[in-house]
Amino acid sequence: MRVPRDGGPRRRALLAAAAALPAAALLPGCSGGGGRRGKDGRSVLRFQSLAWQKESVDANRQLVAEWNRLHPDIPVQYVQGAWPTVHDQLLTSFEGGEAPDIIHDASDDLADFAYGGYLADLTGLLPRRLKDDIPARSWESGTFGGRVYGVPFLQEPRVLIADGVKLRRSGVRVPTAGEPWTWEEFGAVAKELSGGGGYGVAWPLKEPVSVTLNLALSTGGRIFRRRPDGRAEVRFDAAGQVVPRTIHDQVNVVCSAARTTLGMGGADTLPGFFAGRYAILPLGFSYRQQIAQQAPKDFEWTVLPAPRGAAGAVQGVSPQTLSISADCPRKEEAMAFVDFLLRPPNMVRLALGDWMLPTGREALKAPELREDRYGWATGTALADTLRAAPAQSVRGYPEWKDKIATPGFQEYYSGAIGLDELRRRLVHDGNLVLARYQR
Amino acid sequence: MTQDVPPRESSWPGRRRVTRRTAGRAGQYLALLCYLVFLAFPFLWLVSTAFKPPRELGTLHPTWIPRAPTLDNFRTAFDEQPLLRAAANSLLAAAVSALVAIVLATPMAYVLARLRTRFARAATGWVVVSQAFPLVLLIIPLFLVLKALHLVDARAGLVLVYVVWSLPFALWMLTGYVRAVPPELEEAAAVDGAGRLRTLVSVTGPLLAPGIVATGLFAFITAWNEFFFALVLLKSPEKQTMPVVLTHFLGAEGVADLGPLAAAALLATLPSLLLFAVIQRRITGGMLAGAVKN
Repeated sequence: MRVPRDGGPRRRALLAAAAALPAAALLPGCSGGGGRRGKDGRSVLRFQSLAWQKESVDANRQLVAEWNRLHPDIPVQYVQGAWPTVHDQLLTSFEGGEAPDIIHDASDDLADFAYGGYLADLTGLLPRRLKDDIPARSWESGTFGGRVYGVPFLQEPRVLIADGVKLRRSGVRVPTAGEPWTWEEFGAVAKELSGGGGYGVAWPLKEPVSVTLNLALSTGGRIFRRRPDGRAEVRFDAAGQVVPRTIHDQVNVVCSAARTTLGMGGADTLPGFFAGRYAILPLGFSYRQQIAQQAPKDFEWTVLPAPRGAAGAVQGVSPQTLSISADCPRKEEAMAFVDFLLRPPNMVRLALGDWMLPTGREALKAPELREDRYGWATGTALADTLRAAPAQSVRGYPEWKDKIATPGFQEYYSGAIGLDELRRRLVHDGNLVLARYQR
Repeated sequence: MTQDVPPRESSWPGRRRVTRRTAGRAGQYLALLCYLVFLAFPFLWLVSTAFKPPRELGTLHPTWIPRAPTLDNFRTAFDEQPLLRAAANSLLAAAVSALVAIVLATPMAYVLARLRTRFARAATGWVVVSQAFPLVLLIIPLFLVLKALHLVDARAGLVLVYVVWSLPFALWMLTGYVRAVPPELEEAAAVDGAGRLRTLVSVTGPLLAPGIVATGLFAFITAWNEFFFALVLLKSPEKQTMPVVLTHFLGAEGVADLGPLAAAALLATLPSLLLFAVIQRRITGGMLAGAVKN
């Protein structure tokens, strides 16, 4: 008998049935039940946290457990998310109607979700205590189109982490939160600390845009301005150019800043800092945790305020926020949980866990946040200088940042293009991008 | 009487050949060694990092061998994240999806390989084209379909996606293996009186076994390492898979809890490595068996 090469209909049907059987057997009854009910049938609120450091995860879990013990009728489930993936994950969850009820994110990620109608307007839900405890300048960062979509609760100023021994030996004036260096003074100090194979400063500028924009507030530079009709436009005037020019000159003219760190992230520069290659690192306040953990035991480091400019010592920040999903069926209860989580003692626990500053006035008074150890006192003293990052409510900012500003600043800082070309790109090309979002 | 020494020149071409061959072989081994080192570097670095204390991670001149090796990173990783549960979830999803993909793909591949029709050619072409779709285009429609089927946040939903995702490539791989089995063997079995099922089970099956194992391994590893679908589709913490849990060691702006992350990542690579170690011999053995029969 010869096996036919070309199977007949019966053979094909047999093969198809054989192939379909396992799938058919697997599917029925396998649904995991994506509902929002606990094992006892009670409705559960899902809280997606982005805490990632051990102390912070512990603090969040403990607070959720405390809430559940005190409020058995409103159980909250702790769900861990991750910073690198939160935007994509939330976007698909919103689209599919499966978003967490209480959402932890950063204020600069909220604009699209807020304008897209995915987040609940919290204006009428906010308890008076919480509203009064957080300053208006912080509320700005969670407010879009006049409505509050995120409660800002943790914020991270940019500070200068300095090698204590080099600083002392150089004899330069050590700045305080009340009297920071000016940008000119900072330039001179960086030059003073350079030499002997080391650099005065290392700018980790893998993501140069938010650093530049936030620090530029100190010189009165607002790269984004609102026109009378409410539309945003990019301007890159003299005040906005001070910080970029300082960095550019440190790298390319005075050579007091290391060129190699321009493409690095903050953590990448730490080994060079510990080895004495750089005297000062401009970093986010929370990097202290990494430094405390990784620095050699005899390494002396200190936390200094960022330089001030013509507008004072102000700088922009994008605080971490808590939002409530528009689809959440129990918004009042979700807000009650947010209020619980952000009571002053709890906000302090969260801030200590994340090595950041709380936004709440009461929490900022906590003695733990006013210790000199690890520069807590310096950071806390900066809280009044923090403002909402200038760009975060601008629609089209992410595209402007990725396509125009990031390559523009990278090329400028490396010396590949001059200030005029940078200005042309940021303003001319940038406004074309923004115009598409503001028709 | 003295004899003339035979001219040495006559043996030179032979020696040159041997020398050339030896040099060529040495070059090949050297290239292979370089390639192996290149491939092994990330893994060895991962092993080294997993055993280093935090202060050794922040040095400008890191060493291969940790000066003060520690298990603290493993302890912290296990303390902070439910790694065992995540590994079990990954294992379940990867094993079931690989099994289902193989069960589905084997008969389909047989049909596609043996049927020389326009449909078979078009189907094979479609299989190849389907591999080109970017993930981000599919995820939201897929999410909505699974939601309609009540399969969001369900392990079955994830398995279904993994099966669909790995099926085209598995099918394509297996089709090649089926084509490599000479139809004449099946014809000979039929001449010897074997029925169709007997021929498939006793003749074609053993020859296909290494291909099936290799394809299953591919499907398993694809699902084991898959991140994005698992991130988007599974909401409950108790269902999260290993790659998703690994991202919990990462903070904003690329900051990472490097030691525990390396420890957890090392654990995540072990099942794949073990599976390769166990199955590799069988793949080779199966191939040789097929060669003898052929």
